[in-house]
Amino acid sequence: MKKMLTAAVSRVLSGVTQKPASRVLVASCKYSNNATFEIKKCDLYRLEEGPPVTTVLTREDGLKYYKMMQTIRRMELKADQLYKQKFIRGFCHLCDGQEACCVGLEAGINPTDHVITSYRAHGLCYTRGLTVRSILSELTGRRGGCAKGKGGSMHMYAKNFYGGNGIVGAQGPLGAGIALACKYKGNNEVCLTLYGDGAANQGQISEAYNMAALWNLPCIFICENNRYGMGTSVERAAASTDYYKRGNFIPGLRVDGMDILCVREATKFAADYCRSGKGPMLMELLTYRYHGHSMSDPGISYRTREEIQSVRSKSDPIMLLKDKMVNNKLASVEELKEIDAEVRKEIDDAAQFAMTDPEPPLEELGHHIYSSNPPFDIRGANQWIKFQSIS
Amino acid sequence: MAAVAASAGWLLRLRAAGADGPWRRLCGAGLPRGFLQSASAYGAAAQRRQVAHFTFQPDPEPVEYGQTQKMNLFQAVTSALDNSLAKDPTAGKDRVFNTPLCEQGIVGFGIGIAVTGATAIAEIQFADYIFPAFDQIVNEAAKYRYRSGDLFNCGSLTIRSPWGCVGHGALYHSQSPEAFFAHCPGIKVVVPRSPFQAKGLLLSCIEDKNPCIFFEPKILYRAAVEQVPVEPYNIPLSQAEVIREGSDVTLVAWGTQVHVIREVAAMAQEKLGVSCEVIDLRTILPWDVDTVCKSVIKTGRLLVSHEAPLTGGFASEISSTVQEECFLNLEAPISRVCGYDTPFPHIFEPFYIPDKWKCYDALRKMINY
Repeated sequence: MKKMLTAAVSRVLSGVTQKPASRVLVASCKYSNNATFEIKKCDLYRLEEGPPVTTVLTREDGLKYYKMMQTIRRMELKADQLYKQKFIRGFCHLCDGQEACCVGLEAGINPTDHVITSYRAHGLCYTRGLTVRSILSELTGRRGGCAKGKGGSMHMYAKNFYGGNGIVGAQGPLGAGIALACKYKGNNEVCLTLYGDGAANQGQISEAYNMAALWNLPCIFICENNRYGMGTSVERAAASTDYYKRGNFIPGLRVDGMDILCVREATKFAADYCRSGKGPMLMELLTYRYHGHSMSDPGISYRTREEIQSVRSKSDPIMLLKDKMVNNKLASVEELKEIDAEVRKEIDDAAQFAMTDPEPPLEELGHHIYSSNPPFDIRGANQWIKFQSIS
Repeated sequence: MAAVAASAGWLLRLRAAGADGPWRRLCGAGLPRGFLQSASAYGAAAQRRQVAHFTFQPDPEPVEYGQTQKMNLFQAVTSALDNSLAKDPTAGKDRVFNTPLCEQGIVGFGIGIAVTGATAIAEIQFADYIFPAFDQIVNEAAKYRYRSGDLFNCGSLTIRSPWGCVGHGALYHSQSPEAFFAHCPGIKVVVPRSPFQAKGLLLSCIEDKNPCIFFEPKILYRAAVEQVPVEPYNIPLSQAEVIREGSDVTLVAWGTQVHVIREVAAMAQEKLGVSCEVIDLRTILPWDVDTVCKSVIKTGRLLVSHEAPLTGGFASEISSTVQEECFLNLEAPISRVCGYDTPFPHIFEPFYIPDKWKCYDALRKMINY
């Protein structure tokens, strides 16, 4: 460390402009290693105690979260751009505005824990370990994509990340099932089952609550309440908009989903609760999406531009984290700007790859229908054109 | 029950939560850009995918129903619904409303409303999402009259849903589930091919005293424009329509695919000198066996085409019945040109759908059998 510092200092003195490394190394003396923050108290349901109201954020973690959130934001905006240029087609649901949820959740669990979510999944894909390149090329339907180009926006998978589900609410019972497997195998893992405020009104979610509570499954149900189920505001769709209480016999937390530290602490709290065998927990994340429901939705026919603007200026998750870090001397504005530039470059590279990678070969049309050995023929458009199914 | 039916003429339109009207949501989709604009220079890859696999062929302007207006498919559907709602001018605006996101609930509520005698029109946002409601439709709606010995029925229920491939829908916005419902006695399944057909058939479904499922080809919502009468009119259910007379081959399809086989018929006439009879089935269940069999007896060859997967698709039912009725009249095996036995793909859609070339190829092989 000392040698590196000396080397850096000498480099600076010799005038070589290797800006990032030297600046960081020399300037790191000026930063504090961590800072303590007060976070909003969560509303509790059927719980005596909630997550802690203060938390420590280290500089390292802060930079990591900032970079992840900025990557997700840029990736979603790039997807928006590619969609408008018609490189991405079909249905594309973007989650910019909800970055604190994905990154905060990931920060509160281990990589061995399991996550399943709905179609607004790009952020979680990234936090669960997929590269931006594989996400963008899956969106454009190329062979470099994480599902080989066969799934598209809504069906992306990674290790311990079970997608990406198109049908609203279908992932509820699936998540409870994954939790059952965790409990059965006794590996101390939990399953995060995410769904939205629209899906909270689906019958299958109630079925999942019941089974999870009955058998004490380590399942954290997470309702990402971004106030609109496609175009219907929560007041028009739900008899009770207190989604954290909707689990009835399941204890619940209402969390500020725009503050990443709040989300992280709540997730840790919920994960500990579940791991100790006390049964499922319900978390409602109060968040917001800047884009419409999907790329076909301008997003302004059911809400005003002023509302979107006000959320963007007052509670943007990236802005909140940046302010926290800069005001508490965890990082400098220039440093964060450099991270922005790095992220931008990474996204541009990935987009370039996604636009130029070839599409999957036509033979893939029939693959992976069943698991079968030997391969069999797919019956098709007429009896003379056949595809093989290899799996 | 009778008293309730007489007084409760009010009509409710249930719709899953969405932006103001499902139509606005389709506004920004690739559809208008694809069909109405000339492809702009966004690169060859993007351009290629904007070409549709069919060309909508409008029918001549109908004269027997009064004044007509140029409408596309969704405007025709809206017109039908307006006509239906206007039948009861006393009821208010609140009979058209959004529901929370629960398909099973939507159809279940619709059945409940219909059982009391009121008319209910339930919308399922995409046919791919109809499966949570499958139990309600098949086990409750279809069997109500039968199990109660005609004491109760939910005949005034109509379920409408956008259906079929749309160019970029992928797995969950492109399915054609008519075959699942064809297996269920007690309900009627209807698929129109054009705005004029859609309005007449929808009004017939609403007035029909049996629960009906009305699938609207979503790719035609804006692509199909025709002159449609402003006044209400009915097109009878369970009647197929022969839209082109011929003597060598019978082609049967429904929905968007009708326009594909119309083109195939024109190609066959021009290139092979083969005269094709084109039939639009219109009602899938109960289907018009007589029209199809009469046609096959005349021509001796049958080709059925649909987007849904081959195995268990409705073409298999048609095929089986026709070979029973017209075995000795058949000159060649019945050809089914359908989608592959895979989930509806995202990137492979142009290869998956039974386009005019696949149908033409099958037709040629049948002619040379």
